[in-house]
Amino acid sequence: MEVLLDAVSILARWDVLIALLVGSVGGVIIGAIPGVGAAVAIAILLPATFSLDPIVGMTALLGIYGSSMYGGAIPAILVNTPGTAVNALTTYDGHPMTLRGEGRRALSLAYSASFFGGIFSVICLIALSPVLAKIAPMFGSREIFLAALLGIVLVVLAHRGQTLAAGMMASFGIFLNTIGLESLQYSKRYTFDQTWLSSGVDLIVVVLGLFAISQAMVLLVDKNKAPRATVESGGMFQGFKELLRHKRVATTSSTYGVLMGMIPGVGEFTSQFLAYTTAQKTSKTPGQFGKGAPEGLIAAEAANNSVPGAAMIPLLALGIPGEALTAMMLSVFYVHNVVPGPGLFQNQMDFVVAIYIALLLLNVLVIIFLMFSTRQLLRVIEIPTRFLGACILTLSFVGVYSLRNSAVDCAIAAVFGVFGYIMKRLNLPIVPIILGMVLGGIMENKLRTSMMRVKTPMDFIERPIAMILFLIILAVIGSHIWSWWRSRSVATGR
Amino acid sequence: MFALLFVILAVFLVSQLGEQAKFSSKGKLFAQPAFWPGVGVIGMAVFGCLHLLATLLTTRRERGQRSLQKQSAEQHDAKQNQAVSGHHSHVAEGDQTNGDINRPGLISGEFKEAAGWLLALEYLAWFMAYVYITPIVGYLAATLVFLVLLTLRVGYRDRRMMIAAVVVAFVIVLVFKSFLGVKIPGGAVYEYLPDALRSFMIINF
Repeated sequence: MEVLLDAVSILARWDVLIALLVGSVGGVIIGAIPGVGAAVAIAILLPATFSLDPIVGMTALLGIYGSSMYGGAIPAILVNTPGTAVNALTTYDGHPMTLRGEGRRALSLAYSASFFGGIFSVICLIALSPVLAKIAPMFGSREIFLAALLGIVLVVLAHRGQTLAAGMMASFGIFLNTIGLESLQYSKRYTFDQTWLSSGVDLIVVVLGLFAISQAMVLLVDKNKAPRATVESGGMFQGFKELLRHKRVATTSSTYGVLMGMIPGVGEFTSQFLAYTTAQKTSKTPGQFGKGAPEGLIAAEAANNSVPGAAMIPLLALGIPGEALTAMMLSVFYVHNVVPGPGLFQNQMDFVVAIYIALLLLNVLVIIFLMFSTRQLLRVIEIPTRFLGACILTLSFVGVYSLRNSAVDCAIAAVFGVFGYIMKRLNLPIVPIILGMVLGGIMENKLRTSMMRVKTPMDFIERPIAMILFLIILAVIGSHIWSWWRSRSVATGR
Repeated sequence: MFALLFVILAVFLVSQLGEQAKFSSKGKLFAQPAFWPGVGVIGMAVFGCLHLLATLLTTRRERGQRSLQKQSAEQHDAKQNQAVSGHHSHVAEGDQTNGDINRPGLISGEFKEAAGWLLALEYLAWFMAYVYITPIVGYLAATLVFLVLLTLRVGYRDRRMMIAAVVVAFVIVLVFKSFLGVKIPGGAVYEYLPDALRSFMIINF
């Protein structure tokens, strides 16, 4: 109870509440603009929060993180263009409903399913807290190293059909993180005697280049689009009633979201795929899926919106991000002097609970905002794409330049912008670079610390959690090789 | 092409391993400064080579399938042409003509793609120009000029978009510099302003 009161006192400030409101509403608007997305917004805004009080800056960015997927459903349903990549599956059933003249019903259902998923994941997070508080301290350096290694392995293997490219990019990320002055023996690594490389390559600069500048280039070069979106007039509350009729689909999909969200490297896409397939298999009308089935829409939205809350579990308990957005949230925590990991649950439980409350609040704020402002939000979708590209390029400058007032940082971001543009054109995965950078740094530190107490390789996995993680890594790699071998045998007819 | 360039970069970085990241005589392997860069660059080289190999094999297989499809289509056409007597010469002419039509199409497609890449680089040059101009003319002026000119460059000519560009530029500066107080230094030209106005401009714009 004392912890709860402390947590409430952390949040019970006008500036924090305003930041949460601005972040949540801003996240919905950003999510509703096709081609922007939360990653771009967080990368641009992160340096701008340096001057704010840590909790104020963090709550604003947490708001964007937790609410962007709500907004992403609007263009997915109305103009068949997902606002964020994770809303792609929403188009399958959402847009056919719009074509049938049921756009308002589809939006209302998507909002209710997202709200259900969001609240469900926060409740799971709260319910798991006592368990996490007990388990997290059992994670020493070697366990965190193995968990980070598992994260990298899963990120690479989750890119089915692009595993080698993902491995290439994750390795590139690990390499990028090592550039500059090494902290233990103070020797320079891959600086080529260039002073501007001595301080290393900043994660935010890379993120802004790969996500924001490359996206601006895509929008500026591609054909101009300004989709017209309309929706029938009427209330948005009917979705909750309809959701009650499909509560089994909503619960199953949210459970998938929570389970997949907890596993680093898996995230929204897998959870949506599993939720959608299960909903289709168990539906009385499976033939309607892809043609405007409400259950399909509920499955997609409940699954993707339950991931952010669940992804906070490995992030807060172990300091291990599962995908690009949580990797950026990790930077947000570090920048504001909060170090996620086992120590956080032991020493700053009030802060952890404050995050839970903030997540709950943002879901409530967002659903209220959406119920009354969908019509106004449609204007955002109609922004011409090339103009949007010009705006993102302008905003990217603030994000990079305000870090250190360095033109070199801007040049590095520009180079990564070109790199990201090439990768987007070639349809290669970008996320493994970011996770390689973040998890590579964690692995380097933890391996050094843990190996000081290890005499033989078997000592490394002598503790039960380390052994379990090691076996999981082996099992994941083994099952991937096995499934690859089987699909190859089927393809060659053997 | 991308995979090949990536492998070349990776091999170059591997070749620099002892030079650019040192292995010292003391300490275990994992504690060496060169250990993690080594993991990264060797991973890049190994995965890069495998990716390159897989890409080459896929391209070869696709080419083979395409040439098989082409062959069977040609055989099918030849059979049809034999069945319709008196049309041989006309079909041959038609094939020739098709070939001639396709070639400029292919070139124009390649040209379009190259133009797309060049355009992306042009926008990058715009971005870098914005970066270098800001410390000289100040954040407000640079942002206004950059966004308005870029809006014109990407093809918008109507007054509505121009007003939108000016408003957005102004709002960006107000939000980030005036309200959030991000660290962007005042322009060099601000030095020529009267004292009171100069400090106001440095703080807010």
